Order: sequence, then C-alpha cells, then structure tokens
Amino acid sequence: MSASSTAPRHDPAYNFAFLDEQTKRMIRRAILKAIAIPGYQVPFASREMPMPYGWGTGGVQVTAAILGPDDRLKVIDQGADDTTNAVSIREFFRRTAGVETTERTDKATIIQTRHRIPEMALRDDQVLVYQVPIPEPLRFLEPRETETRTMHALKEYGLMHVKLYEDIAMHGHIATTYAYPVKVAGRYITDPSPTPKFDNPKMNRMPALQLFGAGREKRIYAIPPYTDVVSLDFEDHPFTVQKWDQPCDLCGAEDTFLDEMLTDDQGGRLFICSDSDHCNRRQTAGHHGSMTQDAAE
Amino acid sequence: MTSLAPSMGFANPVFDSQQCFRAIMDAMARPGHILPLDGIAEPPAPLGPVAAAVAITLFDQDTPVWLDQSLAESPAVCGWLAFHSGARVIADFANARFAVVADPAQLPPITLFAVGSDRYPDRSTTLVLQVTALNDHGPRLTGPGIAGSARLGFEPLPPNFWDEITHNYALFPRGVDVILAGPQCLAALPRSTLAEAV
Amino acid sequence: MYVAVKGGEKAIRNAHRLLAKERRGDPDIAEISVPQIDGQLSLAVDRVMTEGSLYDRSLAALAIKQSRGDLIEAIFLVRAYRTTLPRFGGSEPIETGSMTVRRRISASFKDVPGGQLLGPTFDYTHRLIDFGLAAESECPAAELAPGPAETTVPSIASILGNEGLVETETDHNPSQPPGDVTSDALDFPAGRDLRLQALARGDEGFLLALGYSTQRGYARNHAFAGEIRVGTVTVEMFVEELGFTIAIGEITVTEVQMINQFKGSTTVPPQFTRGYGLSFGHCERKAMSMALVDRALRCRELDEDNVGAPAQDEEFVLSHCDNVQATGFVEHLKLPHYVDFQSELELVRRMRREVTERAGAQEAAE
Repeated sequence: MSASSTAPRHDPAYNFAFLDEQTKRMIRRAILKAIAIPGYQVPFASREMPMPYGWGTGGVQVTAAILGPDDRLKVIDQGADDTTNAVSIREFFRRTAGVETTERTDKATIIQTRHRIPEMALRDDQVLVYQVPIPEPLRFLEPRETETRTMHALKEYGLMHVKLYEDIAMHGHIATTYAYPVKVAGRYITDPSPTPKFDNPKMNRMPALQLFGAGREKRIYAIPPYTDVVSLDFEDHPFTVQKWDQPCDLCGAEDTFLDEMLTDDQGGRLFICSDSDHCNRRQTAGHHGSMTQDAAE
Repeated sequence: MTSLAPSMGFANPVFDSQQCFRAIMDAMARPGHILPLDGIAEPPAPLGPVAAAVAITLFDQDTPVWLDQSLAESPAVCGWLAFHSGARVIADFANARFAVVADPAQLPPITLFAVGSDRYPDRSTTLVLQVTALNDHGPRLTGPGIAGSARLGFEPLPPNFWDEITHNYALFPRGVDVILAGPQCLAALPRSTLAEAV
Repeated sequence: MYVAVKGGEKAIRNAHRLLAKERRGDPDIAEISVPQIDGQLSLAVDRVMTEGSLYDRSLAALAIKQSRGDLIEAIFLVRAYRTTLPRFGGSEPIETGSMTVRRRISASFKDVPGGQLLGPTFDYTHRLIDFGLAAESECPAAELAPGPAETTVPSIASILGNEGLVETETDHNPSQPPGDVTSDALDFPAGRDLRLQALARGDEGFLLALGYSTQRGYARNHAFAGEIRVGTVTVEMFVEELGFTIAIGEITVTEVQMINQFKGSTTVPPQFTRGYGLSFGHCERKAMSMALVDRALRCRELDEDNVGAPAQDEEFVLSHCDNVQATGFVEHLKLPHYVDFQSELELVRRMRREVTERAGAQEAAE
C-alpha cells in the first residue's frame, strides 16, 4: 500500500490532523456504527480539543478522523467561509494537517459546517460534517439521557408530536424554526443540528454522506447517502420552509436562505445570501441584486 | 527458515490506515459498492491482504477480536495481529467487537455474534469476512446508502448466508455489520441493508 | 455599495496580539515568573492541577500565567495539553494511609492517634487584610512541633472500621479495572469509580454549592469531617518488563473522609458510612465538597430516600460539574447565530402579523 504523501506538510509537533492514531481509530469505529444505524447517536470517547467545547470540537474530531492528505477542506459557519470560527477551524487544519482548503463548495471533498447546508447540491463523493451542540432531539422535552435513550429504544416518540402539536394549538404554527427534528430512514428521530428548517429538505436523499459530531455530549451520528429524511409534521399542518419577500440584495437569488443586515438605526435593512460562496459565484456569473445593480449603473 | 518477527504492517501507518478507513467508510455508506484497496503486502496466511489492512486500521487494545479456527490456529496470524494492533483474541464470539473469518465454512450464524441492545445497538460485532471474489451477481440490495437498488455477490458463500442477513436485517436497529474483504477490494453490508433474491 | 464583513483572519490575529499585550501588563513592572506563580500562588496551581487532571506544577503555573489568572482557562489549557500525551500505563492505587502528613485534623475526636496537626491553614487567621504584605516582607520562621510532624499516622476511618462502626470499603475487583472518564463516554448509572473521577475533575465552585445544599437540607446526610489530611504519597507503577513495582515519584494530595450517619438497611446494621474526596495538592474546600457530594450520590446504593435533591441526582451532577465543558457551551453563545436568529425573526414577524390581522378583522366585524 502506498500513501500519496509521506513528507509532512503539517506542523511536525503534532500528529497529522492533531489526534493521535488510537483516538482516530476509536472515532472511526464510532463513525462506522453510526453509518450502519442511520440517525442513532453512537457514544464516543470525545477528547479535549485545543478549542472550547461548544465551538465545534465534535465536528473537528470527526473531520480529523476521516481527513487525508489529498482531501480539500471547506469550513463554513452560518453558511459563510469568513466567519471568525470558520476561519479559526480552517486554520487549525491547515496547520495540523497541511491540507488544501477551499471556499468553493464544488471543489471540496469534506465540508465542515455549523448551522447551514450549502445551497449547491452536494455530490456523492463529498462528505458533510456537522458541528452539533445538543445531539438529542428529545432533550428539550426530557433532559435525562437515561429517559431519552429508552424513548429511542422503544421508538416512543409521542412526546415529540405532542410538543409540536401544542405549538400549533397555541401559535397556529410549529414554533421550531431551526434544529427542526427529522425522522431518518423511518426509524430514529434525529436532530439535524441547529440548521434552519429551510435546509431540512436538502438532507433528504442527499448524495453526500452526512456525519454529525457532538464533542461535549460525546455523540456521533450519521445519515448515509440517499437516505430518507422526513421532517416531522401533521397532515393538516404540513412542513414548510421559510420564505423571504425579497431576493438577495447582492445576487438576486430568490431561492436561498437570507441573512438580514441592519444598515442604520432608521430601519434600513439588507437581505443577503448566508451562503457566501453561492452568492459570490452568482455575482461572478453576472447575477445582480438591488445593491450591485446600483453600483453597476 | 522463517523469521520469527512479524511481517510488515502498513508502510506508513498514519496515511495508509486513513486511506483504508475511507474505503471502509465509503463501503459502509454505500452498500453494494465495491471499493478498490490494495491491502497489506505480505500478511501471514491465511489472513488476506485486505482483511489484514482492515484489521490494523480498526482493531486495538479496546476491541476484543474473535478469529475463526483457521486464523486462530496460526501463531503467525495471532502474533502479527498482536504486534500491529494490540487487540486481544477472545474465544467467545458473542463478546467480540470484531470477528475475522477466513474460511466461510467456519462462520457461525451471524446473529449469534453481539448484536447490541435496543438501548445500545452500537455494542455489536463487526464481521470481517474474507472472500475470493466480489461481484454484482448476488441479491438485490435496498436501504440507506443505496440510490434505488444495487446488487452484490461474492464467493465462496457461507451456508445460509443471505438468509441470515435477512434475519439480521429484521433485528434492526440491533444487528451485525459485515465487511467483505475481497482481492484488492472490499464491500460492506450494514445491518440496515435489505437483501432480496432476484 | 454594501460589502460583506470580511477579514476574519486579520481580526483574529490582531485580537491575539492585543491579548498578549494585556497579559504582559505594564512593561515597566517586572514580569511574573513561572517559579513565582508556583511558589506564591500555590493554591491556584493546586486547583489547576486537580481540575486539569495533570500533576505538573510548573505546567499549571505556566498555564496560569498564560491565562492571566483565569483559572478555568488555565485548567482548559492543561486539559488540552494532557490529551496529547502518550499513556504509558496506570499507577498502583496510592496509599494515603502511609502519607507523610503536613496537615491532619479530625473533627470527630478530640484526640486521635498521631495527633491533630494544623499545618498551613487559613482556618484561624483573622480575615484582616495584611497591609504589611503590600511591601516586600520578611517571612517569620514557623516553629514546627517536635515529634509526629512530617510522619505517617493511621487513618481514623480505619480505626473505626476495626470496630465495625464504619463501613468497610472493599478493594476494587481486579478483574474489573476501574473505568476512565477521560477515555470513555460516561453512561448512567455510573459506578462510584467514574463518579469519583468526574467529581475530582469537577468545578470547585459547583461542588461547593452542591455540598452546601446537602447541609441545608437538600439530601442532608449528617456529615462529620472524620479526617482531613494533606501530605505527600509515593506513586508506584508495576512495570511489566521488570516484573515488579517501582516508585516513580511523590505527589502532594488532600484526602477527606466524611463520616455520615446511616440508619442501616434490611441487610446492614446501623453504622457510619463514608463520603470521599481527593485532590492533587492542597485543595481542602474542593475535597470536602467532593466528599459531601459523593455521599449524597450514594443514596441509591445505600437504599436511602431519594428526595430528588440536586446533589443526589447523578446525571445532573456528573453532566454539569465539568467547568471546561460548561464554560465552552455557555461561552459559545458568543459565536454567530445569525442564521438561527433569522429563522426565529421570520417566525415572530409572521406570528405578529397574523395577530394584527386577526385583531383588525375582529374590529371590522364589530
């Protein structure tokens, strides 16, 4: 067997991708079980990473365990490559693994994300790694791990439906807008991580492998490619996603998730694609929004 | 005279095991896909090159391993595995995290391995089965990881294998996951895959 | 034209430079040295070693310097360093009974074999600011008692144990090596081995509050400070290649054995039970709190009423006692959440619109 790269391009003070080999093996075993039991949260011996718990330690450990020298890594936070924590995690892997990084969704082999799924459809040769704060979708209904584990074992998900229905009774809507629970492959109710429910439909039968890492809570779970992912809903209240009344002010896209920016204290606002790569590429391709139109004129 | 020292493992453990793992991960995520993998150059017989690579990629002191008789009887195999992985070989297959089978005739009914519990279905055995050929002539596979359907066959086939896979599927989320280690290739059958005769 | 905020990389770099400058403080004042921190802020070093789970005084002192005295940050630094260290093996259990004590007190008996030994303690200081310390001062020589000081004394629990008055702790079953919270995911119910490990690493403030709550009636267990001892013990390790055990060093630890009333159960006659606390260095408050919480968590094992007190709730205590985990997740709220907030904003606006429309429709109908 020959590895494509032997000379370290990474910081030689640390093992490739920071983790020691035994830790990688432990995480790799957990990943395989997670793939074999879609949506089930596999406990793993999460390590203390040189970044705080809650800041992506789970995603970082998953990425470190699967990453090879030939991978091209993209890291996004809130959909953007240039948010501070994305910058920090990308720098961590550039230093400890020496891998190539990219901001282009289509060029990446591994995409680590916090809170968004890229707008562009992913391919079956890509892996999407989610950073997960609270992996247990039932946690807000039942804080005890011992109880929620039993609920999953018995497929006792009535409580979740009751909660969603109470929302409808009280507010006329299901009041969950992000981390909206899904059912994976008809069995486990699973937390999609705090992505907006706008992104839920992208998870369904996605060609890319989806891996989820929760470092502080010590859980890994997975959704294999082409797996049914259904957002929970009711016949009389079908699942819907957010819509904006206006297109992106930079690229004119009408089908993307928009960030709202306050431009002054007089109620001035801009709406801009949260997926910065998608927005940039649309602009490069000649698409305009209200702001860029003004500039062009 | 043969050397007493165990033969080579990975030439470059960090990168080779990563490459091997990615093949296993892709195989597990896409049941029915046959992934190329060179494996270990000269593993001690009857351990095959790909099974040997899988073993030292995934096994260590935390994973008790069960070996079929043909492997367990070989001091060279046991010594090699101990040296390169540190894994303990155990006789009780119901407590094994991994099992390696070189002779399909010696494969116990697969659901007698650890299948986990409803609360912890992950506490189950992963079976590494050495095969001489992998092809797409077998049953039709459907389930997570498969766009539409796929077909997977292999040789030599242990007795009742596909019936046991059906039984294993029925246990979901409990169950055993299978890695098929072929010649310079591998494939996988996670417990989530439904196999039906064509 | 609007330009999206860029330059995260540069901003981070500059923030790190500023941080370094702030850490150094006024350059006209001498920089604090690691040996100074080790020697003069020794209790901070002890806490960082204990909750950082790594016995290395100068590393802990360095972490305190780097973290500008933020001890949780220092603990985090030590923990993150610790994970990268290779593991050579496990030591034999330390023998605290043969500790060379420099402090040893019992609140249960007026006099005990080996005597009471106050040692260096704040206990009877009057908490009056010592303005003399503001200037560099001469330290008065301490007069050490002749005799039993710096020597080994029998443990009080073992003396009571000889009479059957206090429960006997059974040795760990050698065929079931103790678990390791640093290398396995905790699962509930956890054994006492894992509980004690988690408590030993747990936040001093959190355990102090929980221990205090047991005294105020939230799972009161009538604790007596059976014995508090601080001193050095030898760490030994069995070396496979040699076939015998060798001493690899000495460490200072604080051990607390709380003795608690126990009414007995159907199988056990009334006797005293124990709560146990252990820390690296001299962390007396931590070890005492740990012992109170350990005892409270044993309610199920001792067949006592679980009154639903926080300190009795194993999952609650163990899931929240780690300050590195807690601070990470609390502080992660500083990270951008634009996307989630936008999702909520959209919903709240929609619901408000609907409410206004409904009210409008109602008004029109009236």
